[in-house]
Formats: sequence, C-alpha cells, structure tokens
Amino acid sequence: MNDDVETPATVVLCAGGPALIRGPVTVEDADGVRHTSTRPVSALCRCACTSRAPWCDGTHKRLPAGKRP
Amino acid sequence: MMRLPAARGALSAALLRALAQPTPGDRLPTSWAEPEPDGEADAAITLWTLQELGYRGFADVDETWEWHPDLVALRVALERDLEVRLRKRWADEGHAATAADPAVALFDLIDQHDGPSLARHLHHHGTVEQAHELLRQRSIYHLKEADPTSWVLPRLGTRVKAALMTIQFDEYGAGDPTRLHHHLFERGLAAAGIEAGYGAHIDEALPAVLEQNCALTMFGLHRRLRGSALGHLAAVEATSSLPSQQLAQAFTRLGLPAAMVAYYDEHIEADAVHEQLAVRDVCAALVAEEPQLLDDVLFGAWTCLDLEARTATALLSRWGVPE
Repeated sequence: MNDDVETPATVVLCAGGPALIRGPVTVEDADGVRHTSTRPVSALCRCACTSRAPWCDGTHKRLPAGKRP
Repeated sequence: MMRLPAARGALSAALLRALAQPTPGDRLPTSWAEPEPDGEADAAITLWTLQELGYRGFADVDETWEWHPDLVALRVALERDLEVRLRKRWADEGHAATAADPAVALFDLIDQHDGPSLARHLHHHGTVEQAHELLRQRSIYHLKEADPTSWVLPRLGTRVKAALMTIQFDEYGAGDPTRLHHHLFERGLAAAGIEAGYGAHIDEALPAVLEQNCALTMFGLHRRLRGSALGHLAAVEATSSLPSQQLAQAFTRLGLPAAMVAYYDEHIEADAVHEQLAVRDVCAALVAEEPQLLDDVLFGAWTCLDLEARTATALLSRWGVPE
C-alpha cells in the first residue's frame, strides 16, 4: 500500500460538481446572509442550480455535461 | 432486544431451533441435520440471522452462538452462494470500465444505471400507506445505517481509511448522538407511529431487501471484498441526495411528522458531500493503491443499484404502479 500521503487541501474543486470545504465554515451569500456548516466536510454549490444554496444538493447531475461546473 | 425472525423454510427453521438452545457445545446437537434451503428467501433469512449474531444479537439467544464453528461454516457457505449469484448477475450485464480514471468510471456506471425510482413515484403519487411500507422495508438497513461499512476500516491504508472515517464520522453524528443517522431514522419512525425497534419489520422484508443487507454485510466482513464494500458505499451515496429531496417533499405533502422528514432532509446535503468523498477520496484512492480492485469496486456499486432496482420493482408491482 502507498502510505506516502499528504494533508488534504482545505478546498477541493470537484470536476463537474461542488467545491468541498474541510472543517466548519460560514458562507456569506450575495444578500449578506450567513450560512454555517459544522460538518467535517461541506459541499458548496458551483452550478448555481441548487435548491439549498449555498450548499450542493446534487442538482448538477441533472444538468447536461456541458453545463456542469 | 430484537426477536428472532420467523422461518421462511426448512433451513431457517432448523437454525431457529438450534438458536433456541441455551448453551452450545463445540459441535451442534446430533439432531442438527442441515437441510437444503427452500429457495432464495429461506437462504436469505438464514444468512441474515447468522450475520445479525455479529451486530446486536437476539433476545434469549446465547451470545456464544456467534462464533460457533458449525454456524460459521453455514454462514460462509451461504455467503459463497450469494456471491456466486451476484457475480453471475454482474457478468450477465457485461459491464466494463468506461474510463481509465476510476472516479469517472464509477460515476459513469452509476449515472447510466436506469432502474425504477420509488422516490419519484412517492413524490408525485404516493400514499401514506405506501410511504409507511417503504419506511418499514428501509428500516432493515437504516436502523444500522453505516455499520456494515465500518467493518472495512481496519483493512485499509492510511489515505483511504482517513477518507472513509470522514464519511463515517458524519454518519455517526460527528460526536453528537442526536445527529447519528440511524438514530434520526429511529426517531422518525417512532414519531410516525411505526414500530422503531431494531429489526422489528424483518418478517415482511422483501427478498431483495434481505439480499441487499446480506450483500452489504458480506462485503464488509470479507477483507477480500473490501473493494466491493466501498463501491457499494459510493453507489448508495451517489444516488441519495436527489431522491432524499423527493422523499422529504413527498412525506411533507403526505403529512408525515417533521422528525421523519428531517431524516431525509439531512441526507440531501450530507450525501452530496459523501458522494464526492466516497467516489474520489475512498474508491478512486483505493484503486490507485490497489489497481486490481477496480472490477470489485464496480461490481459492488452495480450490485447495490441492481438490488435497489429489484426492491423498487417489487414494491411498485405490489402497489400496482407501472414502472
């Protein structure tokens, strides 16, 4: 097994999907409203089609491949 | 504590008779003559019962039965039969990886699987009775949600283990027992007036539900099948957010209690995260370390989707709904 590991990045942009953010996070949206997540990792929407803004709800998978982030 | 299930044939009846005896010796009593199972449901409930000895056990069953050599031998034989059956279904489908990148291959397999959707039916047309029946079927797994996958943890290398623990930690409430997923489901059932005891609905569990649960435990308990256990996890997580949203809306429309809706509401955002972690940081990282496991990862994911489709087909057929 390969145990040559490195610390994961704080923010990871997933191809065609959300941005993963490690650790508790507070996001301020365009209207100045703050949203806090205390999950170990949170997924921030990048396709702008989520019904749970600013968090990912999986909706990007319903978009045609060319419209995904 | 859970009661033993009802027998579904000669083999499960023989097992239940044995488990009713208080103190097993090294060998089973001479009255034990292991019969052939009466079909897949009999085999499945027998295997499920044997596997449950290792989870939370049964009321009035001696705990030493769990590792009794003859019952272990029976469990291994039934798991071998199950694996052969599942691998035959997988082979008959003739799948091959669509991409060199294991994350892409796994996402493709999941996206391209086109089974009937219980969530879609309930979202638009479901009744309270159908919702309750679905919840009783789901209770077989959801009341031990995440537990079968925890068996895999000691078999993994550093990077994959840390990634899997990230998911499991969230599944188990990130340190807060009131957020633990199988506890959320239990509270939801109780609020909906549905018996919430662990295993309470096992006697009405569909054969496909039993197979799904037995396969998941088998994948978790056999180190050899670690790739399939993690592929199965990825398929669950990657097919959860959108259906959970449909079910949360359906259950709100049907007037189910907020505690039951909350379970599905939690899974919309949680599983949007877990999906990415399970596919990329768990499965793709595992295959990077052990490339020979790619086919097992895909087999585990496909098996999850196939058994879920069989469950959906059985329920929709019972409800008179065309697929």
